[in-house]
Amino acid sequence: MDTQSLTYLFVGLSFALYIGIAIWSRAQSTNDFYIAGKGVNPVANGMATAADWMSAASFISMAGLIAFLGKDGSVYLMGWTGGYVLLALLLAPYLRKFGQYTVPDFIGTRYYSNAARLVAVICLIFVSFTYVAGQMRGVGIVFSRFLEVDINLGVVIGMCIVFFYAVLGGMKGITYTQVAQYCVLIFAYLVPAIFISILVTGNPVPQLGFGDTLVDSSTYLLDKLDQVTTELGFNAYTENSKSKIDIFCITAALMFGTAGLPHVIVRFFTVPKVSDARKSAGYALIFIAILYSTAPAVSAFARINFIDSVQNVEYQSSPEWFQNWEDIGLIAWKDKNEDGLIQYSAGDALEGTKPKFVEGEGNYGERLVSNPANQSNSNEVYIDRDIMVLANPEIAKLPGWVIALVAAGALAAALSTAAGLLLVISASVSHDLLKKTFMPKITEKQELLYARYSAAVAILVAGLFGIYPPGFVAQVVAFAFGLAASTIFPALFLGIFYKRLNMQGAIAGMLSGLIFTSSYIIYFKFINIELNSVQHWFLGISPEGIGFIGMLINIVIALTVSNFYSKPPEYVYEMVDDIRRP
Amino acid sequence: MHKDYWRANLKILIILLSIWFMVSFGFGIIFSDFLDQYHIGGFKLGFWFAQQGSIYFFVALIFVYVYLMNKLDKKYKNHDDEEDKH
Repeated sequence: MDTQSLTYLFVGLSFALYIGIAIWSRAQSTNDFYIAGKGVNPVANGMATAADWMSAASFISMAGLIAFLGKDGSVYLMGWTGGYVLLALLLAPYLRKFGQYTVPDFIGTRYYSNAARLVAVICLIFVSFTYVAGQMRGVGIVFSRFLEVDINLGVVIGMCIVFFYAVLGGMKGITYTQVAQYCVLIFAYLVPAIFISILVTGNPVPQLGFGDTLVDSSTYLLDKLDQVTTELGFNAYTENSKSKIDIFCITAALMFGTAGLPHVIVRFFTVPKVSDARKSAGYALIFIAILYSTAPAVSAFARINFIDSVQNVEYQSSPEWFQNWEDIGLIAWKDKNEDGLIQYSAGDALEGTKPKFVEGEGNYGERLVSNPANQSNSNEVYIDRDIMVLANPEIAKLPGWVIALVAAGALAAALSTAAGLLLVISASVSHDLLKKTFMPKITEKQELLYARYSAAVAILVAGLFGIYPPGFVAQVVAFAFGLAASTIFPALFLGIFYKRLNMQGAIAGMLSGLIFTSSYIIYFKFINIELNSVQHWFLGISPEGIGFIGMLINIVIALTVSNFYSKPPEYVYEMVDDIRRP
Repeated sequence: MHKDYWRANLKILIILLSIWFMVSFGFGIIFSDFLDQYHIGGFKLGFWFAQQGSIYFFVALIFVYVYLMNKLDKKYKNHDDEEDKH
């Protein structure tokens, strides 16, 4: 069978599996719909959390990003795993003990205020939609490249599947589908990684192959990479190019942001006991670490393979994948020195970075771009970093079924995260906005119906993001983590560990974190894009890392303002005492 | 009783979070370049902590926490039998 049919087969089978699970685990009550009836085994919950967490960004983009960033890419590896330590130690057990349905529930109850609840809902919806937009783009890329269907049709198919199991099954359906999706995605990530590790270093364990010598040579892979990257004018692969303070702040913003992401936190509401919430966080991190420790190895292999297979190769005899991705517009080649050979080195190949393709072919059959060549360097290749993981099996010439598997895995990663996010959005609308704020009189049955309606609406909006992708998706990722770190995390953390914090302090803290972080990001990412460089940043901290400063501001303001107002009522003290008891 | 339990809990948190900070922000970022003069296999040590080691430590930290907290719960005989509020 050819790769195309295999891909249809794998993707079709995995979709059938998800739908089967959805029918088997339909939600009957709001308890089922929001938190799976608190009956999820901690290991299963760990897997579901891992699938929920590992998005299209982790599966498709992260290794590619690290391949080009080298050591600076560590911010993602440490940031997106270290947050689980904070979650397990500082939040999950206590929030599970609190025993409600949503994150705004805790904030609204702990700070005895519907205003605090509303601020939390706004942050939550903003963070979650930012994230969903990215997932839908991932679904679109996979469908258009591997199944050769129109991107829009791909997004619609993805929406239907998510609609089916999220609206029918709620948290219960999503949890068990995510367990299946985890298995698909981790298998799909590891198989090519192991193959490539054997090809490059002869070591079947990617985590070890990464630090091993190259096949038929006594040179270490990383030494070779350092040498090749510096020769081509890049920063050495194993050295930082960002400043220490920026790396520190980005890592911290990602860690605290991870611990404050509502769709992750809510997963710990689904286990039966407090001790299970702790254990579950541990399992989740093991399952996540399997992918995250493999990713940097994949990055290193991909970088060296990419350079090996295109450098100084004639365009006409360039590998098939090079031209396939060029057809989709994610690779472009401009023959600056007109020798017909592909030359890759540091710097943007084209003015304006992203290629604008025009009709017609160049001298060697390459697609023409309207951008002028950037003459400040000799690099001739534009490559979108998102394609490295997807192209990796092709670059390493692996068999067709591995490529098909990667497509199914990428879809599993995108769909599982999208479903988890849509559920948090729908729960915060039906539970926090309707039931707890505006329509307290509705029955449980009506609330469940509204939850399903809002899930459906959320899916439609997410689908629109996929079909008409807002150009700012990449820019707003910094937003999601920055806001989670500067608003949600401190409100939860202080709520548990500092009893004296009152309503006024918490709201002032959240608002100042929100305003500071979002104005900094908007200023550099949308208003003065040309000023977005290290000499203009506050203390040299990039917009990606500013959420950490926002968090510190939140905490200082919250504690200060809190002292000017009276203590929280007695029953809040009792509530906090209660959640501190296991 | 309850106060002692909470104090013991905080002590565990402080110790574990110090290790958490050390392996990631410490070895992976602040002292990373210094550690790069040492090697394990083909890895520079600082680079290894930044891209591999810190992750393994994170996993271990959570399981140590689970173990210590279960022990603490037992000591204070707090059976967390589920008491649902809904």
